[in-house]
Amino acid sequence: MIEQNLCLLLVVIPLIAAPVTAMLPAGRSPWLFTLVITWLCFAMSIWQLTMVLDGSTISYELGGWAPPWGIEYHIDALNAFVALIVSGIAAITLPYALRTVEREIQLQETSLFYAVFLLCLVGLLGIAQTGDVFNLFVFLEISSLSSYVLIAMGKRRRALTAAYQYLIMGSIGATFLLIGIGLIYAETGTLNMQDLHQRLQPILEHRTVHTGFVFMVVGIALKLALFPLHLWLPNAYKYSPSAISVFLSATATKVAVYIMLRIVFTVFSTSFLRITHTEFIFLILGAFGVVFASIAAIVQYDLKRILAYSSIAQISYMVLGMGFASTLGITATVVHVFNHALMKGALFMAAGAIVYRVGSSRFENIYGIGRQMPWTFAAIFVSGLSLIGIPGTAGFISKWYFMLAALEQQAWLIALVILLGSLLSVVYMWKIFEALFFRRSACTAAPVAEAPLSLLVPMWILVLANIYFGINTELTVGVAETAVRLLGVTAYHE
Amino acid sequence: MIDIIIGHYNYWIVILLMMAGFYTVINRGNLIKKIAGLNIFQTSVFLLYISIGYVNEGTTPIIAEGFTRYANPLPHVLILTAIVVGVSTTALGLALVVRIKKAYGTIEEDEIHDKDMSL
Amino acid sequence: MSDQHLLLMAVFTPFAGALAIVLFRHWPNLRETVTLLTAAAVCLIVVTVFMRFDSGTLMAIDIAEPLPGLAIRFEVEALGMLFALVASVLWLVTSIYAIGYMRKHDEKNQTRFYTMFAIAIGSTLGIAFAGNLFTLFLWYELLTISTYPLVAHAGNKKARRGARTYLRILLGTSIGLFLLAILITYTITGSLDFQEGGILAGKLDPAWAGLLYALFIFGIGKAAVMPFHRWLPAAMVAPTPVSALLHAVAVVKAGVFTVLKVTIYIFGTDFITSSGASDWLVWFAGSTILLASLFAMVQDNLKLRLAYSTISQLSYIVLGALLATNMGLLGGALHISMHAFAKITLFFAAGAILITADKSNISDMSGLGRAMPITFTAFLIGSLSIIGLPPFGGMWSKWYLGMGMVETGQWLLLAVLLFSSLLNIAYLLPVPVRGFFGKAKDGTEYVQIKEAPISCLLAMVFTSLACIALFFYPGPFYELALDTSGGR
Repeated sequence: MIEQNLCLLLVVIPLIAAPVTAMLPAGRSPWLFTLVITWLCFAMSIWQLTMVLDGSTISYELGGWAPPWGIEYHIDALNAFVALIVSGIAAITLPYALRTVEREIQLQETSLFYAVFLLCLVGLLGIAQTGDVFNLFVFLEISSLSSYVLIAMGKRRRALTAAYQYLIMGSIGATFLLIGIGLIYAETGTLNMQDLHQRLQPILEHRTVHTGFVFMVVGIALKLALFPLHLWLPNAYKYSPSAISVFLSATATKVAVYIMLRIVFTVFSTSFLRITHTEFIFLILGAFGVVFASIAAIVQYDLKRILAYSSIAQISYMVLGMGFASTLGITATVVHVFNHALMKGALFMAAGAIVYRVGSSRFENIYGIGRQMPWTFAAIFVSGLSLIGIPGTAGFISKWYFMLAALEQQAWLIALVILLGSLLSVVYMWKIFEALFFRRSACTAAPVAEAPLSLLVPMWILVLANIYFGINTELTVGVAETAVRLLGVTAYHE
Repeated sequence: MIDIIIGHYNYWIVILLMMAGFYTVINRGNLIKKIAGLNIFQTSVFLLYISIGYVNEGTTPIIAEGFTRYANPLPHVLILTAIVVGVSTTALGLALVVRIKKAYGTIEEDEIHDKDMSL
Repeated sequence: MSDQHLLLMAVFTPFAGALAIVLFRHWPNLRETVTLLTAAAVCLIVVTVFMRFDSGTLMAIDIAEPLPGLAIRFEVEALGMLFALVASVLWLVTSIYAIGYMRKHDEKNQTRFYTMFAIAIGSTLGIAFAGNLFTLFLWYELLTISTYPLVAHAGNKKARRGARTYLRILLGTSIGLFLLAILITYTITGSLDFQEGGILAGKLDPAWAGLLYALFIFGIGKAAVMPFHRWLPAAMVAPTPVSALLHAVAVVKAGVFTVLKVTIYIFGTDFITSSGASDWLVWFAGSTILLASLFAMVQDNLKLRLAYSTISQLSYIVLGALLATNMGLLGGALHISMHAFAKITLFFAAGAILITADKSNISDMSGLGRAMPITFTAFLIGSLSIIGLPPFGGMWSKWYLGMGMVETGQWLLLAVLLFSSLLNIAYLLPVPVRGFFGKAKDGTEYVQIKEAPISCLLAMVFTSLACIALFFYPGPFYELALDTSGGR
């Protein structure tokens, strides 16, 4: 019974858990309850992935209503993979969150905090699971609204303005997506993704279809923080509570990448991409994003801000992969969705550990902190190497595929941009390493202890995962290749 | 020509509202006015859906004797959901504005910006 | 013990040693013992590998396959064997030297030093035994990263700046050019395996071969071909044991070793000569030889002079590779070992002078030789080997390089070789000559200055005697180099 309803349970269990958590007394119990739920979701997503690894798909009708009238959950390797990433990151963030949330969120708000966290998880998992575009919109809004709340719970008052700015921009993006969905619905009469794919094929040259496509892409691009629609991201990541920086940086934008993949390749098909030359837009914006965001990262003097701009650059890589619209390109994007979650999760966890001990992430307050927190620094170092793309780490695998995709199409300029992005990331990562380890601290602050174990252990699990998935890529590349095949993307032909 | 303007008047209204709302969001510095603009923007989308869901001489979508044409119920359902989403967003936005007022003492965007920069 | 396990142990023992060093960080004597034991163990293992290789056993092992078709693969072949022998023997010697040096100089952060040293040597052995270009690139990058803390060791502004230049050039070339070249090679041929005769012949249009080859040569920044040479003088801010082992032996030799591997096993010597890929690159190598020697002559700081000398000597090897003839390759491969022993002697001496007499500029060293005779004699021997005079090992490598140039009729390059040897005399010999026969600047007599600490002296004496021994018995190195160049 569980197995048959697994894909729905993945969404329903945290949904029911959220109000329950809100009612729990403040203190440890909301945290403990949320921990159990997230680990449960993680286990379920692993189970679900094993069911679709070989390329089969699960088709689940909600409420027994047959598609295309009813909402359908259509799970293939890509859905399961994204669900795995989201629930995995949630599962590893919870142990980490215990101490940081105690420090940063007021006691009486903790139950609500964890309840909203679960709602965010519901939204993200729902996006990963659903096969209906309007259902996608609803879950997108659920996850967005809860993330606005979570960000606003940061300590400083700038968290409020950051959340507000994200709210305005995010709502506009979601509304654009809604417009797009409306136009597509007007043309085809269905909201089911698989059905849309069939019905759109004969009418691909209609102007309404093109308009709908544009609205959808722009709306998703806002959620994705694609250059130049990225303005909300640096403030949102910097001022949110540490656990939320970790969670959002590793999941929210990746899920938006997934949405883009689904809309562009499943609903609209690769040939549509080529007809409308959207791939060029992806390539150009991606290239600009990589260069611009990396340079912006170099001139920052705050650890969390550097990581935020770095995220924008990494997302631009994923968009580049979509722009290639070939098997290698999309494989690179899917693999990088996973690898980046590992890298950024670890880096933000380390940044959060520093904030936990020192209270600030500005460089002027944390020079030389690496000497007093060696384990945290080592975590930053290894994840940083992964970000740069040193062989032996997960980041190298992603970079390898991106480069291969570029070289396959003889897109020399893009290949050089990818390498340039890598070199720029060396600059800003080394700025972090030098500042944290080799510079002497300016003020004679009290000596700082290493981060507590409950912060270090999840951090190091992610760090070691970086190295593991840099050597053993069976899971990541295997799933990516299956997913790409099912997306209907073909290898690049001359 | 006439047909384009009069026949598609619903689209014109939608576009007008959409742009008015969007402009308000971007141009106004007052945080509440921004939310108001966002609402107008979202409302225009609702109108878009509902207006294109109309079936000529269709009646309310409840099966009854003697009626063969019904208006399409699905857009209505979608819009109800979207209205709920819009209301939640507005509520959240306004709650944030209340907190911002408490923290900053003002709800004008440029004044908030100055206060942040001056620290 | 099975061949494969032995091979794995050769590469991973230094890492195990690094771990032990960290564990014993609070007991300096125990920690130093761990370093020595690990170095001795690695030396022993590598020699055992050599003996098995010599008897004809084929040793290879794949440990993982991160990317489809690209495994992390270790394999023993002649050139790698040569490099591994040089690196492991000299690690043991340098460890002995380093202990004396670091203690006499009262250096901070010694645990970090020995740990990263071990990791760097482990990476070097990884490069030496790499079975395909992917594995080589992996260890190549790890070598850059593990040597960064060693270069920045002093922690002051100067060290940080030097380390930044070091990293900028090495990572810049490796990510921007070398990785690009590797990817292009993979895209064209679908593999990165090392094979006799190369993997590009027949797959790559000869017109593009020159460009790809250039990407490799300049991308392998550790070979210090101009204009990507500045990292080497910048790295001289490191403590002298680092300069000695890493920047005279491990890092720089890793660079030219990679150049040789790419030339022989990726391109194939026939493909290079037939496509004329190296025709214009030889001029870069040739000018590096000359320009670096000229720069060396104007340096007053001894370590900087030695650094530029190294750049010049490295391009000898690169030139041997570019000529792609049997003699040229033989000379180049042999020079890896000859230059290593000679240069490390010179650096040992420079370090000894620094910590004993607190002098780093040559103009201050007149007359010092009388107070430190062993040090300066070692320096003399090393210099003569670099210059290429008998009865010192360096003569053989220069001889074969010269023969390689005669073979291909490159008379201008031969002239460059001979002229730079003259320059070698001009910038190396004044140091010991003035040391022994000169008068101190302000007439001081060096009575208080004793010789260097005993472990430093031991190391120096060993390597200088090796320079002499290698003339009479170039034995294993010659055989291995011959094997590589296809002369057998």
